[in-house]
Amino acid sequence: MNIEMIKPENLVYTKTKLMTDNALSYCPGCGHGTAHRIIMEVIDEMGIQEDTIGIAPVGCSVLAYEFMNIDMQEASHGRAPALATAVKRLWPDKYVFSYQGDGDLAAIGTAETIHACNRGENIVMIFINNGIYGMTGGQMAPTTLPNMKTATSPYGRDVKEMGHPLKMTELIAQLPGTYYVTRQAVHKPANVRKTKKAIRKAFELSKENVGVCFIEIVSNCNSGWKMRPNEANIWMEDNMFPFFPLGDIKVDGQLITK
Amino acid sequence: MKELRLMKGNEAMAEAAIRAGFDGYFGYPITPQSEVMEHLQKERPAIRTGMVVLQAESEVASINMVYGGAASGKNVLTSSSSPGISLMQEGISYIAAAELPCLIINVVRGGPGLGDIQAAQSDYFQAVKGGGHGDYRLIVLAPSSVQECSDFVKLALELANKYNNPAMLLSDGAIGQMMEKVELFPQQPRWTLEEIRKKKPWATNGRLFNQERHIVTSLHLIPEKLEAHNNHLQAKYKEIEKNEVRYEEIKCDDAEYIIVAYGLASRTAQKTLQLARAEGIKLGLIRPITLFPFPKIPISTYAEKVKGFLTLEMSAGQMVEDVRLAVNGRVPVEFYGRTGGMLPAPDEVLAVVKNVFKI
Ligand SMILES: Cc1ncc(C[n+]2csc(CCOP(=O)(O)OP(=O)(O)O)c2C)c(N)n1
Ligand code: SF4
Ligand SMILES: [Mg+2]
Repeated sequence: MNIEMIKPENLVYTKTKLMTDNALSYCPGCGHGTAHRIIMEVIDEMGIQEDTIGIAPVGCSVLAYEFMNIDMQEASHGRAPALATAVKRLWPDKYVFSYQGDGDLAAIGTAETIHACNRGENIVMIFINNGIYGMTGGQMAPTTLPNMKTATSPYGRDVKEMGHPLKMTELIAQLPGTYYVTRQAVHKPANVRKTKKAIRKAFELSKENVGVCFIEIVSNCNSGWKMRPNEANIWMEDNMFPFFPLGDIKVDGQLITK
Repeated sequence: MKELRLMKGNEAMAEAAIRAGFDGYFGYPITPQSEVMEHLQKERPAIRTGMVVLQAESEVASINMVYGGAASGKNVLTSSSSPGISLMQEGISYIAAAELPCLIINVVRGGPGLGDIQAAQSDYFQAVKGGGHGDYRLIVLAPSSVQECSDFVKLALELANKYNNPAMLLSDGAIGQMMEKVELFPQQPRWTLEEIRKKKPWATNGRLFNQERHIVTSLHLIPEKLEAHNNHLQAKYKEIEKNEVRYEEIKCDDAEYIIVAYGLASRTAQKTLQLARAEGIKLGLIRPITLFPFPKIPISTYAEKVKGFLTLEMSAGQMVEDVRLAVNGRVPVEFYGRTGGMLPAPDEVLAVVKNVFKI
């Protein structure tokens, strides 16, 4: 490599200083790292690190605070919206966001999710939906697709017996306490750009105290799905996106009618 | 000028929370303690002091709101009664592990299960021995009057902040509901941002540009690190045991027999003392005020002087285990208890004293 090229004037992209130098604990190819990074870029670009508190979940991103170089709290499984609620109410001028997986947000933490949304807490909620319990080794999640094989649905999710996948994002969009609800992805550069824009919008809105801004990121779990990263992304496009279609669901407090 | 009022124990705790300068209360209704949040809401604390009061969707949510609020450096509390406190246990364990100061009020009712809504002391084990998972301790204060309900809210906050440890007020349905005269302490200011930064330098309320980030977590994946953290916690609990034991003793100087009782049961025991003394029976009373740290040393010291102890509880026998540990077999430690919301009567207890000690 030509060392001479590494000059400030040639620099087109750099690691945000709001990501620590710790090596990510995520499997190579996993979407969690990308999601972390763009959230930190937004906070950095908005210059709001002094006023931002993040809440990490229990799940693969339990160690999010090792990577996000801002003040962070690590919640118990499912309770991040409760922590975020209290922090925001006690520090109304701060930006508060929660970061949760699908088991965390849509199974064990369903009550906290729905009630934080229904109260219209002025927080940003980031929801990483990979349709599986990544951290505990690939068990069925509330968002596992029909017939999808997981460690606890080894012959595929039989919806008659195991229930249907939960579209939590559509559900909370119905609540008057949510203001901006969108579903995005981070597996391709174009999606990363869109998602980053959505995150920026959510943080900007959160200053205006209009209610919950909720961003679902449909993401891969190549390890849990037992696929190579690229296969996982293709499988996600072919199977997850039809069930969890990308795009805005609620904007300016109004449901989008398609 | 003294500020005297006739109040329920529950109202006194709520009023004390505003006056002690708490920043936030998060709770979920349950009998016999619903007056705590009711009083808070009626008093408009947001206007009085800027205190936040929020009715959560469950006790699971309220204890985790306490976790988030405490982690952000604010002085916060919750209150509930037995079944609700059971639901909170995971959160309490996290709070203790993360060393967050806060106050949890348990106005105990009869159990197990849904039990009833009368006074009981059957949550002693849960409060004092852990309740949630892992090796941790709460600082546990047991009020026996409405006055102490008020005073101990302030004291508990001070102790919690001194040791970065959750504190619990272990009251009961009778003390919560009964009305007594109470002298209220004057309004304390809520902490300013500067005070929070100075007194809770670890808090997560925004990473300053020139500083390292703060993290509040209870996760220590490396066994050596978790053991070191646990050792640190245990050393702290030892320190609390050394410094913070509180108890009251009545007529123990010449006593031949001592009743050990806390909270409401200690008031029955006081009356039993009077009846006993009138009959010439030399009965004394030790009333633990802190249940953790437990007054082991005074009990152990009296074990050298008296012929026996009777532990009186509104439970099937929980604190008696700690009395037995302190006495360590030197003299008999007897137990008498009523459960399910039944209150022992003073003459009933005196009959037990005479019977077990063959007086
Ligand atoms: C009270 C409790 N129950 C269960 C667990 C075990 N557990 C840890 S992570 C997890 C699932 C996480 O899945 P998800 O939220 O989808 O996150 P992912 O790992 O997929 O990103 C479970 C069940 C726990 N830590 N705490
Ligand atoms: S298990 Fe799945 S979600 Fe977890 S890091 Fe690996 S790929 Fe990502
Ligand atoms: Mg998941």
